[in-house]
Amino acid sequence: MSVFRFITQNQGQVLELTLEHLRLVGLSTLFAILAGVPLGILIAHRPRLNKPVLASANIIQTIPSLALFGFLLPVPWLGARADRLAILALTLYALLPIIRNTYTGIRGVDPAVVEAGRGMGLTETQLLFQVELPLSVSVILSGVRVAIVISVGLATIAAAIGAGGLGEFIFRGLAMVDDSVILAGAIPAAVLALAADFGVGWLERRLQPR
Amino acid sequence: MQPAAAVPVIEFRDVSYRVAGTQVLSGLNLQVQSGETLVLLGRSGSGKTTSLKLVNRLLSPSSGEVRVQGVPNREADVIRLRRGMGYVIQDMGLFPHFTVERNIGLVPRLEGWPDERVRGRVQDLLQMVGLAPDMASRFPHQLSGGQRQRVGVARALAADPEILLMDEPFGALDPLTRDELQREFLSLQQRLNKTVLMVTHDLREALQLGSRIALMEAGRLVAVLPPREFLRSTDALASAYVRACGDGLESAVNRGAS
Repeated sequence: MSVFRFITQNQGQVLELTLEHLRLVGLSTLFAILAGVPLGILIAHRPRLNKPVLASANIIQTIPSLALFGFLLPVPWLGARADRLAILALTLYALLPIIRNTYTGIRGVDPAVVEAGRGMGLTETQLLFQVELPLSVSVILSGVRVAIVISVGLATIAAAIGAGGLGEFIFRGLAMVDDSVILAGAIPAAVLALAADFGVGWLERRLQPR
Repeated sequence: MQPAAAVPVIEFRDVSYRVAGTQVLSGLNLQVQSGETLVLLGRSGSGKTTSLKLVNRLLSPSSGEVRVQGVPNREADVIRLRRGMGYVIQDMGLFPHFTVERNIGLVPRLEGWPDERVRGRVQDLLQMVGLAPDMASRFPHQLSGGQRQRVGVARALAADPEILLMDEPFGALDPLTRDELQREFLSLQQRLNKTVLMVTHDLREALQLGSRIALMEAGRLVAVLPPREFLRSTDALASAYVRACGDGLESAVNRGAS
């Protein structure tokens, strides 16, 4: 098939764009975890903040991605480099599943276990790191997994603002009306999504508390 | 340092607890003496679990104060206070992701005991509560209900606290296992002489394990009586309990008490 010919002929570029794609997804997921997990922990312990935080994350999720890229473009430091902008946008999209699963995971820990821990004299920090987080880690990871799979797909659109990644092939293919070029971007992206899904799923099962 | 014999280990002074407009506990005055097992008996909603949680400050009284070793517990450092008391609850609250050894050894580890000493202590405790040494490496889900409850008791005893708080510790067990554990608890208590505050709704258990029984109803303390006198009590509620449980209660009475 012509797509495989295209890929073998342009190996270097396919690899380069895949790595760019991975960088966009990897960094944005990392930032989303760094922001989303603490936020999820916060709202699990402060029920009053639950609605506003989840609602904000929900609203972000409803903004069409192309529009979000557009909105962020005029922001000074961000707009200077397309990849920064793309990473921020992807981070925002990844927040919802991570916040929500962290919240659900921590709320799902057996209250008897938490109370026993507190009654035994664990500090709130010890309770969080030794009891609540270990017992909710697999739920949190399944949120991360959803976030990564969404990001891999969304990151292809980042090419529209010149952030690179496998979307380059897709947009180029669209302009050239050449399916094999579109597929040269789409297939590796799909493979990345599946691999991430499988990898994090494996981790999730390994860390599942008994 | 031992407190003077006259100072009760736990003392409720005019303690009330209200939550969301409901009076859960009103004007509780009660003293628990060193080495005794005081059983809070009452039906659900009588305020017995609330009383227990006021001792280790899982709850704070709306008025009045709880003293532990003569000191108001709200003045104590809450973490120190709790680590000085063993806490056993009905569903045990064993940490499902920890082995038996880590469950039992948790407080000693947090207290900075060296590993060697923690392991030794865990082995001693397993033996004390009648579990085989190789149980140490099991996870809670690999144990039977009775074994889990034993681990719960061992965990509460781990840092050798003077006080044990037990909330329906044998409630979720089948009758045979419960009976077995109650007997073992009695003989353990005779050796260890902890000050125990225990909550139950089961009169038979209260008679069997308690040195004194504090009967509670609708947030009030009705009477505090040793088991033998409880059976003869003319108090309406106490005799209602005795009637509800039927005959043969005499044989259940805690031999250590009275």
